[in-house]
Amino acid sequence: MTDDRKPMIECRGVHKHYGDYHALRGIDLTIRAGEFFSLLGPSGCGKTTLLRTIAGFEDISDGAILIDERRMEEVPANKRPTNMVFQSYAIFPHLTVAQNVAFGLRRDPRGKAEKAALVDDALAMVGLRGFGNRAAHALSGGQRQRVALARALILKPKVLLLDEPLSALDRKMREQMQVELIKLQRQVGITFVLVTHDQEEALVMSDRIAVMFEGEIAQLDGPEALYARPASRRVADFIGVMNFLPARILGETDGTVTAEVPGLGPVELPARQVSRANPDDDGPTIGFRPETMTLVGPTQTHSQPRETNATIDEVVYYGDMTYYDLRLDGAAAMDGKARPVRISMRNVFGRDVQEVGTRTRLAWSPGSLVLFR
Amino acid sequence: MKGQGRGLQAYAALYLLFLYAPIILLPLFAFNSGTIIAFPLQGFTTNWFAQMWANTTLRTALTNSLIIAVSASILATCLGIFAARASTRFEFPGKGGMMGFILLPMVLPEIIVAMSLLVVLLGAGVQLSILTVIMGHVLICMPYAIAILSTAFSSLDKSLEEAAYDLGETKWSAFRLVTLPLVMPGIVSSLLISFTISLDEFIIAFFLAGNQPTLPTYIFSQLRFPKQIPMVMALGTVLVALSVVLLTLGEYFRRRGNARMGGNPTGGFL
Repeated sequence: MTDDRKPMIECRGVHKHYGDYHALRGIDLTIRAGEFFSLLGPSGCGKTTLLRTIAGFEDISDGAILIDERRMEEVPANKRPTNMVFQSYAIFPHLTVAQNVAFGLRRDPRGKAEKAALVDDALAMVGLRGFGNRAAHALSGGQRQRVALARALILKPKVLLLDEPLSALDRKMREQMQVELIKLQRQVGITFVLVTHDQEEALVMSDRIAVMFEGEIAQLDGPEALYARPASRRVADFIGVMNFLPARILGETDGTVTAEVPGLGPVELPARQVSRANPDDDGPTIGFRPETMTLVGPTQTHSQPRETNATIDEVVYYGDMTYYDLRLDGAAAMDGKARPVRISMRNVFGRDVQEVGTRTRLAWSPGSLVLFR
Repeated sequence: MKGQGRGLQAYAALYLLFLYAPIILLPLFAFNSGTIIAFPLQGFTTNWFAQMWANTTLRTALTNSLIIAVSASILATCLGIFAARASTRFEFPGKGGMMGFILLPMVLPEIIVAMSLLVVLLGAGVQLSILTVIMGHVLICMPYAIAILSTAFSSLDKSLEEAAYDLGETKWSAFRLVTLPLVMPGIVSSLLISFTISLDEFIIAFFLAGNQPTLPTYIFSQLRFPKQIPMVMALGTVLVALSVVLLTLGEYFRRRGNARMGGNPTGGFL
């Protein structure tokens, strides 16, 4: 993403206390205009609280929030240039679809016909053309979601806030809505801030993601950087699956670290693959994603610089993918603990699923490793 | 099995007979020209209704009762809305105990409430009138109003009001435009229940009304005079008819409201 767009939301040292509970612990964050931004974290990490402070539903205990360069402390939720799509959608059940969408226009001085045209446009935008006269309570989950979007977007807010908007939908519908939300955001060009606990959802939809734990931002990055180079073990563990193996640091020159990994042997890792935030304090740890290593048959050739012998302990078949739990030869050398690693293989045509107990080779490259120290 | 079923059916039939037969007798004797309440029936007459209509004390009692019931039901429902909203939307210290004490009069013997109120009111030098009866009736109607309204409020999504606020309404207009219409069936139920409770309440009215008659205390006072009994029967008939109309209306509006909002019952009592 280009970073030259102007800031739309700025959080400066935002704190929120609920009595003794410290929900937000100094959030510093800049979200740029037109960005699709996600706040990602487990439940209770403060992501919804942060969203609600931006919306104005919660006061902040300390710090400042600016929207479009204007301080928001004295601006109540109904006067902020933000609109929200609620987790439950909060569709007014006693009104029709059109009345729901037009709700925010009640104080708008424009004429009836003009408002009706706006409502039609908004409904068309979310794919609900002609649904205006339906009773809101008779809609399906996906349709409610669309009405909530139309109702918020008709006011042309500077920022659209989405609080876990897809969590109530079934998997198919959710995947469909993810794509539609991306398209919609590109079409309207409004800044979207999404709260989610679903890492896949955040990776699919966002330009940038802030991963939050215990009221703090643990990492703020684009999806690819977040996935490939997590800043800490905890982030790595939360986003996708990552294997962890203990490592012994042998030396360091100009930021390049040499480490010995039981089972994998010595590796040299440039600074970009080394993360120095390891608050779990487990000692140096090597991490790698399941899909970055490949099983190769006895006679098969490969182009990876390294290979390791291993035994298949477990096979989990998912249709399009197979997960293999492997025991690497020599993995227990350091402290006697066997640490199985998980490798995923796409089931492409012609590749057989391996059986438990098979001796195999694992091909890999040090470029896919991350060192946490 | 079959005999057992028949026994239970007979029990149910007898139960219903015991419940409703006396009420059916009301109109029967109200239109009977004989002055004695006994079979066989004599001729058909509407004299008792005319006599009832001409009775000024009865009309005073009726007016008093209506004033009391309307005021008490509106007051209890308004106060109930505050309490129900507070208890379902906010957390505050002592909430459980407070709500428990507010609901307690539902199970407290009314005679205790009436007696203690009388002592306090007399002690404070308050003139007994229909105003004091209204106060007492609000007290005993409140638990029912709150029970009904809490159900209505607690089945509401909190986000609804927030959404209206987020869309530019004020906190009050968000309540008026979204919450109020959605809890309206509960409010109607609360008004009806409170009205019914107040209208036929005897003990508090008897203790706190001073020399003002209410319908129940008037009826009780007339039962000493056999001559007046057919007229009381006529009065009872009118009251039964009114109750049926009122409850039917209430239920009609409740169901219509539910159908409009997707059949999510919020605090109906029928």
